[in-house]
Amino acid sequence: MATEVSTAPVVAGPPIRTRRPRPVPEGGRINWGLTIIVAIVSLIVIIPLYFAIAMALKSPAQTGTGTGFNFPWPIQWGNFRAAWDLTDTPLAFSMSLLITLLAVAGEILVSSLAAWAIVRNWGHWQFRATFGYLMIALFIPFPVVALPQVKLMASIGLDNPFGVAILHILFNLAFNVLLFSAFIRGIPVELEESARLDGCTTWQTFRKIVLPLLAPISATVGIFAFLQSWNDFMMPQLITANPKFQTLPVVQYLFQDQFTTNINVAFASYLMALLPTLVVFLIAQRWVVSGIMRGSIK
Amino acid sequence: MTATSAPSGGGPLGTVKKIFFPVAPAYLLMIIPAILLFTFFIIYPAIQGMFYSFTNFVGYGTFHSIGFANYKAAFSDPTIRDSYGFTLLFAVVACIVTNVVALALAIALNSKIKWRSGLRTIFFMPMVLSGLIVSYIFTFIISTSVPIISAAIHFAPLESNILANQHLAWLGVVFVASWVAIPGAIIIFLAGLTGIPTEVYEAASIDGATAWTKFRHVTFPLLFSFLVINTILSFKNFLNVYDIVVGLTGGGPGTATTSVAQTIFSGFFNGDYAYQMANAVIFFLITLLFAVFQLSVIRRRGGGL
Repeated sequence: MATEVSTAPVVAGPPIRTRRPRPVPEGGRINWGLTIIVAIVSLIVIIPLYFAIAMALKSPAQTGTGTGFNFPWPIQWGNFRAAWDLTDTPLAFSMSLLITLLAVAGEILVSSLAAWAIVRNWGHWQFRATFGYLMIALFIPFPVVALPQVKLMASIGLDNPFGVAILHILFNLAFNVLLFSAFIRGIPVELEESARLDGCTTWQTFRKIVLPLLAPISATVGIFAFLQSWNDFMMPQLITANPKFQTLPVVQYLFQDQFTTNINVAFASYLMALLPTLVVFLIAQRWVVSGIMRGSIK
Repeated sequence: MTATSAPSGGGPLGTVKKIFFPVAPAYLLMIIPAILLFTFFIIYPAIQGMFYSFTNFVGYGTFHSIGFANYKAAFSDPTIRDSYGFTLLFAVVACIVTNVVALALAIALNSKIKWRSGLRTIFFMPMVLSGLIVSYIFTFIISTSVPIISAAIHFAPLESNILANQHLAWLGVVFVASWVAIPGAIIIFLAGLTGIPTEVYEAASIDGATAWTKFRHVTFPLLFSFLVINTILSFKNFLNVYDIVVGLTGGGPGTATTSVAQTIFSGFFNGDYAYQMANAVIFFLITLLFAVFQLSVIRRRGGGL
């Protein structure tokens, strides 16, 4: 059951409510009426997902008729193979993975360093000014700068996944610095000072003392980065010039014409593109959820 | 604020050096690359774009300044005007739908129901899915399955594909965009709800408050700041709507659901480069206006979100 999935990871995570054996809060009666209503409403989420799975397992003859909600029979596992070969899934998957890994690592590293330097030198106007300067990005959505940016990336040979990853890092820099600096302000300086007395350099202090303390907020930033970069369509579509190096979502877009004739293969391909984030979410739900909570409340 | 613990290492202190290197070099190494990259990859193209918007640049070749001609033309261009009309209408309606539904679901998912964590998991799932792919799935459902089912139960409004209807297609975009955005909003509301102590409700119950009065006078006021956060986050995202429109309608039928982002990107084609840059600058000013407005709302409410 899904109930088990959400309580599965019992590793020492961030201290959110531990809701282990009883899914129902202590005290009071269960509101069955509301349970039924919520369960019915949840069909709005379940039905499209069932639909996608059912379509992906059908034969072409079966997809052509009816509402599409009928149970797939006989099950056509071959659709996944066909989609895999048609769209060159391994390549697109690697591209998505490359961009996502670079973005996750880059966003955590670049913004935590910048935020730490800013917070610990807040007394200098240069650092306060830098903070304000970086915050400009909060007001620049990608569409606003897309036209000159695409040209810029092409002119310096970054019209590829590396360029996309760089832009992901920089567009999220403002928000991430905001998150990190709010967190760093809550860390006592004394820890760092004692490390310095023990002979740590600035870099060592960061690596050995600060970075481990930042783990919870780094997880938040990393989760945001993972979801955004994996699912992004706009930037890779516009920045990456060579269609061979496109990410999974963009590949779905590029193959729309060939998909219209074999819907079942299309849905198999969609499912494969959706699966990674869904699996990560089901495994790490409590981190994702607490990460979003922390990110929104700052 | 935290006192600066600027360690030694400044070396010989000239005035110039003091201004540019006030602290240990390590700190500068941590921040200067970020500043340079940010300037080169985001600020520089932004300024460049603003500059081009006053020229007749088509993306290559020579160009010269034409003053505000692009802006004038943009304001009287029906394609651009319609894209703003659609985007703003969509963003406002989707924002309302998302917040209302998410608030209701968050309260339901926070109350004493069976399978609470399982149901939460289900409702959170759309959040992690690619908007484009979700749109492709819904395109098929709305255009093929829904009409067949509607015809079978004689439900006239959905018997034809609403995505092919010029006046109704935007509702499809609202539905799918909200479907994707609601989980994030639920989570933020849940964060607010868990912060409300149960004693408050117990006290209200003792005073004989009904469920509605409890919501009206306890839950809603205490959740208001979370409503503000949600409104800001979702509205910002909805203004930049792109994936879902591309996946669902491609901007059609005709240009009925063409978003501002799509219009701007059309500047890559048919020599509209500088012209669409002017559009982008207008879009930037509108986003900025909303951002300033939102910030002032947050400030007025004490900022202590």
